Amino acid sequence: MTPLQICLLISALLFAIGFAGAVTRRHAILALVGIELMLNAANLNFIAFWRYGAHPEALTGVLFVIFSIAIAAAEAAVGLALVIAIYRHYKTSNLDEVKELKG
Amino acid sequence: MSLPFLITAIVTLFAAAAAMSLRNLVHCALSFVIVFAGLAAMYLQLGAQFVGFAQILVYVGAVAILIVFAILLTRSGETPNQAVIAPGWFYGIAVSAVVFTMLGWSVLNSKTLPKEISAAPETSVKNIGDVLMNKYVLPLEVIGLLLTAAMIGAVIIALKESSKTEKSGK
Repeated sequence: MTPLQICLLISALLFAIGFAGAVTRRHAILALVGIELMLNAANLNFIAFWRYGAHPEALTGVLFVIFSIAIAAAEAAVGLALVIAIYRHYKTSNLDEVKELKG
Repeated sequence: MSLPFLITAIVTLFAAAAAMSLRNLVHCALSFVIVFAGLAAMYLQLGAQFVGFAQILVYVGAVAILIVFAILLTRSGETPNQAVIAPGWFYGIAVSAVVFTMLGWSVLNSKTLPKEISAAPETSVKNIGDVLMNKYVLPLEVIGLLLTAAMIGAVIIALKESSKTEKSGK
């Protein structure tokens, strides 16, 4: 296995763990955390391809990861604000109990 | 691949599994911090210093604190008594196992991945700043706008609901 393949396998495993958590956990915060893990797995892929790819001097992978980190921060802020708003409204943060669209 | 990298990867993966499977949310948040620090260490070992430190700054510094605050504000710090996993958990685990198998199979059998290892690229923060201010200046501005909008939106969403009679009266 080349180093690139090892990196890709690690990030695939991280993605699978994040996906399993986001789908199976009942708490809204942990679903968000799972999504963050999937985003980070994608970032690791970008860095690995940048490091072992054809044109590392172009810095494309690094810049994509920087922008992706910024997007992930915005997503975490809005997502956690939504979790807090849902908790205020329904008095629960269990995703299985939040099933009404009516306010 | 060096031994420190593999050790960091194994610690990161175990912490990720712990973050997704522990019952107490505070413990989950702590293992989440370990995952992010481990990922930052992996970025540093791959030669991406700026991204590694940005990861520590943004994730360990800001996102982890946000998560802890969300746990505090939703009063879910205690270990719950009922089940923490959704009823259909088996399908979720099965789908993620299938995803991992497919990804791993395609990674191991791909013919397009570069075989030879290129030399470690010479990057400095100066280069990154240069590119960020010249070639990628428009995306940078858009990201700034997006972060501002997201911040204002998060504050508005998390504000206390004002009295509804006042709103409907208008």
